[in-house]
Amino acid sequence: MFGLVREPIDIRKTAEDIRKPEDGAIVVFEGVVRNHSNDKPVRFLEYEAYEPMALKKIEEIGLRAKNEFDIRDISIVHRLGHMQIGECSAVIVVASAHRGAAFDACRFAIDTIKKIVPIWKKEFYEDGEVWIEGAH
Amino acid sequence: MSIKVLFFASLAEAAGTRELILEPASLTDLNSVFEKCAKERPLLESHRASVLFALNSEFARPDSPVRDGDEIAFFPPVSGG
Repeated sequence: MFGLVREPIDIRKTAEDIRKPEDGAIVVFEGVVRNHSNDKPVRFLEYEAYEPMALKKIEEIGLRAKNEFDIRDISIVHRLGHMQIGECSAVIVVASAHRGAAFDACRFAIDTIKKIVPIWKKEFYEDGEVWIEGAH
Repeated sequence: MSIKVLFFASLAEAAGTRELILEPASLTDLNSVFEKCAKERPLLESHRASVLFALNSEFARPDSPVRDGDEIAFFPPVSGG
């Protein structure tokens, strides 16, 4: 399952929905809104996306993960909009017969999301706000 | 011809808009479209070195040709996750 949502992500349901009897490992990665950035306190975040392209890229990453790693299935959900400290901004769930491929595919998915999915976060501080830009 | 230009994140703030419809008189490419936008919206200039281009929801090179009805997007390096 691949999706962009604006409401809180139901992590437990995302992990339960993918599970099948042949799986020996379910790896869940949760991206979390952190209360600091470069030693500066962060009050909250806002995420924006080029939605049709972001969804397309997330689906591409999911297909690549299934092709390149020995996994059975993968779900990727990214949340957009306003998020408080401690809230989940993105979840990746990988189901596989064995743990190694599941960990590897999960790492690949989050690293690739950070490189090619057109989503941007803005950090809000006590004294201002800054768009975060990834490595070019 | 008519093309749709989208701006995101810091590029939308610099452009002062999220969406433009342009009607170029002649054949053009992504870089020329950006140049035209930057001429009218000078704050875009500071993003020239890092801007990424998308053409119809796919990453594209600055010299990619633009056709009637295309959707172009200009945005900064991504920072999701």
